[in-house]
Amino acid sequence: MRTPASSRELFAVFTRLAMQGFGGVLPVAQRELVERQRWLSQDQFLQMLSVAQVLPGPNVINLSLMIGDRYFGWRGAAAALAGMLLAPLALVLALAMLAVRLQDAPLVAGALRGMGVVAAGLVLATALKLSPGLRRNALGLPPAALFALLTALAVGWLRWPLVWVVLGLGLASCALAWWRLRP
Amino acid sequence: MNAVLWGSLGLGAAEWLQLFVHFLMLSLLAIGGAITTAPDMQRFIVGERGWLSDAQFTASVALAQAAPGPNVLFVAVIGFNVGGLAGMLATMVGTLLPSTTLALTATRWGERRRDSRALQSFTAGLAPLTIGLLLASGWILLEPTRTQPGAVALVAVTLWLMLRTRWSPLWSIALGAAVGAAGLV
Repeated sequence: MRTPASSRELFAVFTRLAMQGFGGVLPVAQRELVERQRWLSQDQFLQMLSVAQVLPGPNVINLSLMIGDRYFGWRGAAAALAGMLLAPLALVLALAMLAVRLQDAPLVAGALRGMGVVAAGLVLATALKLSPGLRRNALGLPPAALFALLTALAVGWLRWPLVWVVLGLGLASCALAWWRLRP
Repeated sequence: MNAVLWGSLGLGAAEWLQLFVHFLMLSLLAIGGAITTAPDMQRFIVGERGWLSDAQFTASVALAQAAPGPNVLFVAVIGFNVGGLAGMLATMVGTLLPSTTLALTATRWGERRRDSRALQSFTAGLAPLTIGLLLASGWILLEPTRTQPGAVALVAVTLWLMLRTRWSPLWSIALGAAVGAAGLV
């Protein structure tokens, strides 16, 4: 495991990963933070992401704050957040000024659609990469896999409101973990 | 120039405040990502206020999705289209201020109790839900295209590139753009 050298390095790494994140930053974040920079292990990443996901707010923003704060306190959090937002924000505003009309060109519309499909594939790949971590989960593999599957079905297929899924399945899952971790 | 700074709707002070406060409130409801609050933003900005048309709202989201960066930037584009740079600040600061403050406070609190049984069961219990939510997001993002053989093949190639090679995700995105521009999905 490595650690970032300075807030400036945090800013640079988060800027780089944000600017690569087409259709979502999460797959790039996993690759940069776990596989390239090696600031986090696969399991640490899954743990932090889980917490980032239940807290309100954009998941990857929460994740960048947590990682920045962990190394350099609030300065690190601010550096990571600024890295995540500043360059992409400038770019997206420039695009917004230029061209809402470009989207009607068939070539551009087709490219956007293709990128959307790949973005979905990248998210699925991230899920598959993180799932071996469930083997080391305190729940034990079969219940953990079952909870993952039920969540995917409830949110993706049945389209139940997220709050109720997280409260219902999350409470059950945490209660089971609590019981498994009894001394 | 003024349109860039303030937008072209000529919003009054009360309306600026309402825009800011609405996003401030949505911030703490955004469990599972900012995009989960998009339906309510649409209801407020398009339905209740008429600041944007349905098509403008959807185009704002699509533009932000196609550009690099966190998905939450769709909030910035909506703000910009409503009220220029000032509108962007109102929606972005509103969206981020409560949730970032809470996230930092909560993680610091949790960091000190990292080894407690309660916190360990909390993170262990939520890990499978995280994976389930990622699977669901991938599935939902495929909503418009998943019955097309071309799209299914493209997803399969993407999975293979991500799981079996060390190529950057950028290559997959470029491939998707090329395949899409060629009219194959």
